Amino acid sequence: MNKKLNLRKASPWLSAIGLFVLWELIVRIFNIPPYVLPTPSESIIVGWQFHEAIWMHATHTLYTTLVGFAIAVVFGVVLGALVGSSRTIYDAANPLLVGFNSVPKVALVPVLVMWFGIGTVPAIITAFMISFFPIVVNVATGLATLEPELRDVLRSLGATRKDILIKVGFPRAMPYFFASLKVAITLAFVGSVISETVASNVGVGYLMLSASSKFNMPLVFAGLLVIAVMGIAMYEIFNVIERRSTKWANRANPTN
Amino acid sequence: MTAVSKSFVELNNVTMRYSEGDELALDTTNMKINKGEFVAVVGPSGCGKSSLLKLVSGLMPPTDGIVLVDNKEVSGPLKIVGMAFQNPTLLPWRTTLDNVLLPMEIVKPHRNRLRKHRAEYEDRARKLLASVGLEGHEDKFPWELSGGMQQRASLCRSLIHEPDLLMLDEPFGALDAFTREELWDILQNLWMVRPFTVILVTHDLREASYLADTIYVMSKRPGKIIVARENPLPRPRDQEVTFTQPFTDLVHELRSHIRDVRAA
Repeated sequence: MNKKLNLRKASPWLSAIGLFVLWELIVRIFNIPPYVLPTPSESIIVGWQFHEAIWMHATHTLYTTLVGFAIAVVFGVVLGALVGSSRTIYDAANPLLVGFNSVPKVALVPVLVMWFGIGTVPAIITAFMISFFPIVVNVATGLATLEPELRDVLRSLGATRKDILIKVGFPRAMPYFFASLKVAITLAFVGSVISETVASNVGVGYLMLSASSKFNMPLVFAGLLVIAVMGIAMYEIFNVIERRSTKWANRANPTN
Repeated sequence: MTAVSKSFVELNNVTMRYSEGDELALDTTNMKINKGEFVAVVGPSGCGKSSLLKLVSGLMPPTDGIVLVDNKEVSGPLKIVGMAFQNPTLLPWRTTLDNVLLPMEIVKPHRNRLRKHRAEYEDRARKLLASVGLEGHEDKFPWELSGGMQQRASLCRSLIHEPDLLMLDEPFGALDAFTREELWDILQNLWMVRPFTVILVTHDLREASYLADTIYVMSKRPGKIIVARENPLPRPRDQEVTFTQPFTDLVHELRSHIRDVRAA
């Protein structure tokens, strides 16, 4: 029993180490040149050599990501609440939202650059644009799937729409909301890095672009690893917040 | 008294369809329910029994005819009705006690008093929970309760604000036979302590015969009341009653009505 639990706790580390070992072996066995695919050990060593630059760029990427994400949360909750509580607004907004979400955000970066210049602002906006959609959809779903009987119980007590939203709608939508945050934060990283790659002189995306133009592939991969680590860290933070705040929804597997 | 009728709930030639072009859910229905009367509505499934509840509680308007509650025409949700369904619909993020207190956060004047007089209201909720045998379960969450216990809590939630009108839509339908009969007694006790008007929709003829003063039999869709049967059994009724001749006769009679409407 205890052994099983220990194995479960160790499993994410084991799988990560396993992947790196496999990667290392493949590169060495097939003698792949480092400008095509560097080994992970080489990437980590180079990453350490450049750690000051990486730290500066990474904190900037983290900053633009979090600002874009924060805007997405506020916007997503408000729009999700509107869409989820009114059938008419849902019908009106749905095709626009789906259409907007289908547009590749990288195609919008040049437009943003025309409006705001290169750098931080387009990165924040791209992070926002790419990450608000799952929040809207999940909040709206949480609100719209209220049991009709419960609605009847509340309405026959004289509850207003606002009462129903506050007493039942929002608490009920919480698990959906937190689940969407985990998706949205990783998407926000995608957004800010895309924008940095296309139009910026700061951030991990820019670092990777300039490293690849100098054929410094180990540094490119070091940048990728940094983004992945930041993504995992943020995901885990929201995972913990989710489990703490909506225990009732995770009752089926309390150890999870 | 004058021309004002003394019945508490009255349906005058009410018909209802959910939307234009739909077939009738309810056809020319007339009912008179006295204050404090316990009424059961039985009928084949899909006969519009639940539509009747929605009409009386004002959640749905009639297509034709008039619904009166307390001598006033019903034109919107009544705001004072207690409701319980087959699905207990408790809120999983609230304890049993907080679930029972939910109506107090909505119904006036309680909603404005709740914060200041929290202890008083909690006391009231605890007493009500104790009266249905849920003492000691106040701080548990709904998923920690059995189906029968959840339904008891749901019943408490529908009664905490002392409504004059209680609507029950097959509240015991999903429970096992023993639990169901236990809850019949609990409901009867609550009702005898403080009589409120009850409309119980059920397909269980024994349940209707056990609990109701008057039993209405509805035809299949479009629903129409075909029989209104007074229940002659004296109160309080206990499980022994269910084995007596008058009780089985009543159930038999109701059964034959249902058979007729199903065949029709």
